[in-house]
Amino acid sequence: MSTIRVEIPFHLRTVTRIEGRETNVEVAPPATIGSLLDAIEVKYPVLRGTIRDHGTLTRRPFLRFYVCEEDWSNLPADTPLPEAVLTGREPFAIVGAIAGGVI
Amino acid sequence: MSSVRVLVGTKKGACIITSDGARTDWKIDGPHFAGWEIYHIKGSTVDPNRIFVSQSSGWFGQIIQRSDDGGKTWNAPGGGGQESPQGFPMGESNKFVYEGEVGKHLWYDGTPHPWEFKRVWHLEPSLTDPDTVYAGVEDAALFKSIDGGHSWKELPALRRTKGELWQPGAGGMGLHTILLDRNNPNRIYVAISAAGVFRTEDGGQSWKPATKGLNMQYELPDKSAEVGHCVHRIAMHPSRPNVLFMQKHWDVNRSDDGGNSWHEVSGNLPSDFGFPIDVHAHEPNTIYVVPIKSDSEHYPPEGKLRVYRSRTGGDDWEPLTRGLPQQDCYVNVLRDAMAVDTLDQCGIYFGTTGGQVYCSADSGDTWQAIARDLPKVLSVEVQTLQ
Repeated sequence: MSTIRVEIPFHLRTVTRIEGRETNVEVAPPATIGSLLDAIEVKYPVLRGTIRDHGTLTRRPFLRFYVCEEDWSNLPADTPLPEAVLTGREPFAIVGAIAGGVI
Repeated sequence: MSSVRVLVGTKKGACIITSDGARTDWKIDGPHFAGWEIYHIKGSTVDPNRIFVSQSSGWFGQIIQRSDDGGKTWNAPGGGGQESPQGFPMGESNKFVYEGEVGKHLWYDGTPHPWEFKRVWHLEPSLTDPDTVYAGVEDAALFKSIDGGHSWKELPALRRTKGELWQPGAGGMGLHTILLDRNNPNRIYVAISAAGVFRTEDGGQSWKPATKGLNMQYELPDKSAEVGHCVHRIAMHPSRPNVLFMQKHWDVNRSDDGGNSWHEVSGNLPSDFGFPIDVHAHEPNTIYVVPIKSDSEHYPPEGKLRVYRSRTGGDDWEPLTRGLPQQDCYVNVLRDAMAVDTLDQCGIYFGTTGGQVYCSADSGDTWQAIARDLPKVLSVEVQTLQ
């Protein structure tokens, strides 16, 4: 079992009442993008549908995933998480995209 | 002592504005859900402390929130509605899934386009059961929860009522109005932009378009079309469920037979374009609209913010201006942003795209701003508390 640091965007922190930028999520091996998102939604059911669509489990268009300063948004769900994330040295960052100027 | 609680949904959160029955001193509480779009916030008439909120975001999708203590605390009720030992809300953000084959409606270019859930536009709590609430959504459909918002189930027969011909308006294809008949729980009216008005007499098992008689110059090439009407809002008085009033894209209309037929009552309005329409709490024939210059210029004619009142159920209208800006005013009033209280001297409320919320404590004769600098107001509801 790995303890993954997950950065949560501000508006989802207010929904989940997470204090601070990060939360820790336990993930069983093999830890992948998909299994991490599953674990996040188990710990915080209120986030179901806010990161991935309910039915298709596809990433919502204006959210991005960053790992070790690389954009992992479009990688397959079964992509294994790197050692730096599994050991807690780096977070898995969920970021609200800078998407236009709608007020 | 009576009091009122004004529930305001804005582009950047919700505010709750309260006063005693005199309606002269107001307190603003909020913003709740800061930064989120609050399309609608409405309380149950059965249990006024139960308030439902549609909280949405282009980034994060749809969440339904519920308060059981009059807006002091909130929870997402989907799933379990409980908190984890660490104090995290355990409800789902709420799942709105269309029933069966998703189907297709018309897209802007006239081609078939699959239904896609975007957000909840309107929440209508049951008049008899605090756990039952309806949700009107975009892309247009009607959902119902019978467990206080924990789970939602579509009433799919509505979309089978010529849904393949429905087409979105400029603001999207939203089901924005839900009228429940206090005397007949099986009768519901809904209005959709830009599909029209629909009525069920069997609790949503079957629906009929209720649009006959609507004038649709420039809107629809087929004058007999039952769907495709850009209805902005409908309203009724609870004592007369067969009498409906409508603010359409253009024209104010009235039906005296439960929507079977409509006739225009725009009368002497300076413009018959607008969005909201509402009915006085104690005078079923007194109605209110806010004329907007045109479909291309969404602000009051001549820069004067005027509510128009008809005490005759339409046709004869009088401008209500005392306390409202009468020069250089270029705000709009959206379809869900007008409401009335039920105090003896009926209060009328509306919010603007400029962030003002106005109240008249004397049926519209005089007005005061009870909030001046909120974000763009999307919806206004009022609870009259005893």
